[in-house]
Amino acid sequence: MQILKRYRWFLLLVMIFLIILGFQKSIAFDAIKITGDSLLSMLMLLPPILIFVGLLDTWISQETIMKYLGDESRFLSVILIFLLGSIAAGPLYVAFPIALLLLEKGVRTQLVVFFLGVWVVAKLPIILYETVALGLVFTVIHISLGLVFFYYLGFYIEKKVKKLPENLSIE
Amino acid sequence: MISGIVLYSIALVLIGVSFIKDRKRTFQALKKAFMVFKNLLPEILTIMLFIGLSLAILTPEKISVIIGEQSGVLSVIGATVIGSLALIPSFIVFPLGATLLENGAGYPQVAALVSSLMAIGVISYPLEKKMFGTTFALTRNIGALVFSIIFTIIIWVVM
Repeated sequence: MQILKRYRWFLLLVMIFLIILGFQKSIAFDAIKITGDSLLSMLMLLPPILIFVGLLDTWISQETIMKYLGDESRFLSVILIFLLGSIAAGPLYVAFPIALLLLEKGVRTQLVVFFLGVWVVAKLPIILYETVALGLVFTVIHISLGLVFFYYLGFYIEKKVKKLPENLSIE
Repeated sequence: MISGIVLYSIALVLIGVSFIKDRKRTFQALKKAFMVFKNLLPEILTIMLFIGLSLAILTPEKISVIIGEQSGVLSVIGATVIGSLALIPSFIVFPLGATLLENGAGYPQVAALVSSLMAIGVISYPLEKKMFGTTFALTRNIGALVFSIIFTIIIWVVM
């Protein structure tokens, strides 16, 4: 029952898929192919990222993290978070485990929101794509507005959030 | 594919170094990684299947027709809705944006689509909520919507 509840949305989509398979075979086959491709690229990214996160969690102490990402070194912490967010590649769900690790290590919520914001607007490989496809002016406005916006959104969310949900790494 | 091989190689090297230094800690780290993966699997599989279904039904060509045909505020709203719901990899998004422009859509529509696509995640919301809690996930996504709207308005005025 527990398993059924955890997978309810997935099962709903499987049902939709089966209905489509009954009516529109070619769309259903496309869906299988695209799902397979995204599963593959997820498996190329997420497990190693989770291993990095796990190793960082056990090897790097809270004190070390806070030395660089704490409030005492405000300027440095913003720069480091920016670099961390912009060198990375991959969809947003890959950034979530990293963001969660930062929160668990005591990094303030404002910086974590900023990290997700950088990930969303200013990933380096993406910037090149964007400039080529949509032009420099478009890209510069997108990135600079995004950085400022998510920097300040972080303060707002930090004020509203009380505590983290239960630990995900326990059974 | 290549980035995957690089990531896995780095992960293996780090596991090796960690193992030589301290076996127990290494197992701890790997166990944590595995548990997080296991706990997030239902949401991740849902996201994957949703990507497959939505991109099979709503092909880039169809998106182009939907956004390109209408004009003005209505198509901006349409682009924002598609962008919030869809999960399209960036290497498809930007060529799609360029195609939209060629087919007669305006910069505001493309701005709405691109910015909402990257910042708002309705489909990954259950995952975000599970990891960070409702307040965090909800406020971040609503904030992302506000960002997308402001950005679209600025592009509308500037370009």
